[in-house]
Amino acid sequence: MSGRSSGGGTRLVPYLQVAPLALFTIAFVGIPIMTLLALSFWQTDGISIYREFTLENYRELFTSGLTYRLFYTTIKFALITLVATTIIGFTCSYFLVFHVRSLKWQIALLLVCTIPFWTSNVIRMISWIPFLGREGLFNRAIMSMGLTSEPLDFLLYSQFSVVLTYIHLYTLFMIVPIFNSMAKINPNIIEAARDAGASGWQILTTIIIPLSRTGIALGAIFVVTLVMGDFFVARVMSGGQAASVVSAMKNQIDNLFYPQAAAMAILLIVVVALLVSAILRVVDIRSELAK
Amino acid sequence: MTLDKAGVSRRKFLKTSAAAAGAAAGSGVIGAPMIWAQNIRDITLSWTGPSFSVIADIAQKASEDLGFTITTQVMESVNLMPRVVNQPETLEVVDMEYWALAKVWRSGNYQTIDPKKIAEWDNITPILKDGKNFDGTDLTRQGILPYKVLYVDSADSTEFASGTTDIATTVPLIFNADTLGIRPDLIGRPVESYAELFNPEFKGKVALVNVPGTGILDAANAFEALGEITYADKGNMTRDEIDFTINRLIELKRDGQFRAFWVSFDESVNLMASGEVVIQSMWAPAVTAVKARGIPCVYQGMKEGYRAWGDGTGIMKHLSGLKLDAAYEFMNWQLSGWQGGFIGRQGYYSSTPQNARNFMTDNEWGYWYEGKPATEEIVDPYGTVMDQVGAVRDGGSFEDRIGNISVFNTVMDEERYMVQRWNEFISA
Repeated sequence: MSGRSSGGGTRLVPYLQVAPLALFTIAFVGIPIMTLLALSFWQTDGISIYREFTLENYRELFTSGLTYRLFYTTIKFALITLVATTIIGFTCSYFLVFHVRSLKWQIALLLVCTIPFWTSNVIRMISWIPFLGREGLFNRAIMSMGLTSEPLDFLLYSQFSVVLTYIHLYTLFMIVPIFNSMAKINPNIIEAARDAGASGWQILTTIIIPLSRTGIALGAIFVVTLVMGDFFVARVMSGGQAASVVSAMKNQIDNLFYPQAAAMAILLIVVVALLVSAILRVVDIRSELAK
Repeated sequence: MTLDKAGVSRRKFLKTSAAAAGAAAGSGVIGAPMIWAQNIRDITLSWTGPSFSVIADIAQKASEDLGFTITTQVMESVNLMPRVVNQPETLEVVDMEYWALAKVWRSGNYQTIDPKKIAEWDNITPILKDGKNFDGTDLTRQGILPYKVLYVDSADSTEFASGTTDIATTVPLIFNADTLGIRPDLIGRPVESYAELFNPEFKGKVALVNVPGTGILDAANAFEALGEITYADKGNMTRDEIDFTINRLIELKRDGQFRAFWVSFDESVNLMASGEVVIQSMWAPAVTAVKARGIPCVYQGMKEGYRAWGDGTGIMKHLSGLKLDAAYEFMNWQLSGWQGGFIGRQGYYSSTPQNARNFMTDNEWGYWYEGKPATEEIVDPYGTVMDQVGAVRDGGSFEDRIGNISVFNTVMDEERYMVQRWNEFISA
């Protein structure tokens, strides 16, 4: 390679190699986001959009307590979901990698984890409703066991049911990357540690967790972006009682207030980008993957 | 063959519509029949609107009767509005709710309608055409009643006329009176006021529709019934009135009055059928869907009156020539009765009820329009049994229901502020 790179034409090669991806990204990511950005600075009267610069959309956004409440709720959902899916994902992967000895069984059991995902997201979400409802299976069961005389209302149409559904829907996005990084851990390292007298807990905290962090970070990016961008689960499972950032955006769009929705979208992009870069600061995924 | 078929069905159409309209008006509609008949087979007219209005069976029947093809695109108002504003070229004939029309008319993408080319125009009910009640008095002016947005002063006007003119925006088609749905078995006593919506007795068992312009009206009716406030026009609240309403709603929400806020039809059905909710905002077909599961549900008329709505057919500006003629033909056909009978069996009122009557049995007419007990099973257009012998429509007759309208579905001048505050309520 280096011997031939003195030729003028070959300097173009790397550019040509990245060109397809670059063009694709500009067309399908760059242009839409620039449009969104431009739209967020324009004026509207509720039907027509005027291409006149205004900061009003952002002023409204940042002076409204609603914005902060929406982001607080959405980020709260994202963080609770992140913690729960990490614990579950890590535990499942740990079991699959270190307790299931045969590769065949590992793969078979990982496929079992995906079985619920053979149906659509919506079905899996909706199926919680008859289970958790006031007259639902769970309430009937605990009432017939005499544990409570009144049905537990908080189970459905609450923040609890929203988070529960997120965890159910997104845990797989955690299991797969963690499983992947755990499977790469050389068993000899663990054996060496054990020979050197490390306890099970020490092995977990000093070897397995640090070596699985790429998987955890990748899973975290999936889970955080999915929750931050959701509006359907939040709407249906809270019975419309909890508004997420995107559901508020949807209400604005439904009433043709596009520039306000665009301003909100830009803010959401910034916040999600900050969250993802925070994750990337903790774990340098790029260099870890290169190993 | 097709030519003959078109000719025959047009004659049939003329027969039904000529009952009340003069022959002169009829010939005005047709223009030059020979040219029309030769080219009409090639016409395909696209008809877009909400699911309760744009129905494939109706398009099919109209295509058979008129001899040209009508295709349907179903789109709810919130999605239809931006289409009218931004991509009118993708639409031709459009059914739109009147509150939505109030919002998008000034986009200038509609063309006006000449009522003289609508044979049945004079037979459209005065409720819609003149804003008058059955006894000739003015209907309530709260909210967007169709009359407010039905006329303009000139063809290119973006403002609505203050009274009746001879230039119309749309042809009124369907309307109805909405109220609250209740579970009589779980409530166990009569309910007759909107005030019950916020009765602490039903704490945690109440739902509102999460469509800001509609949900706030149900709430406003309730606050008025409780005597907490009297709105000058609850269909067009001032900022202070919006603040009062939303602040009270937030208090009620924090006290746990609400179980849910629904958006889609099926959500409202499931909330009611599962007993999560005993009183809530509801659309009429949702009540039927709950009853179809064998669960008692009543579309309870309230003494404060109904929340009414209507929709009408309009034409996009780019339509001209034969297509425009076809659009008028189609709108005339819509008013001629078959469509009115069809939607009548789903519980909606036709803008020309006397024509719809010709396409309904005495039993159907008695049940849906006259508030009489059914003498046979009441069956919807798709064959589903809606009610049993002896059953009476909730709220009674056409006059009882439509004669008692308190407000029309609306879009407010302070809409931007209202939507902002409504979002605050939903996220509180």
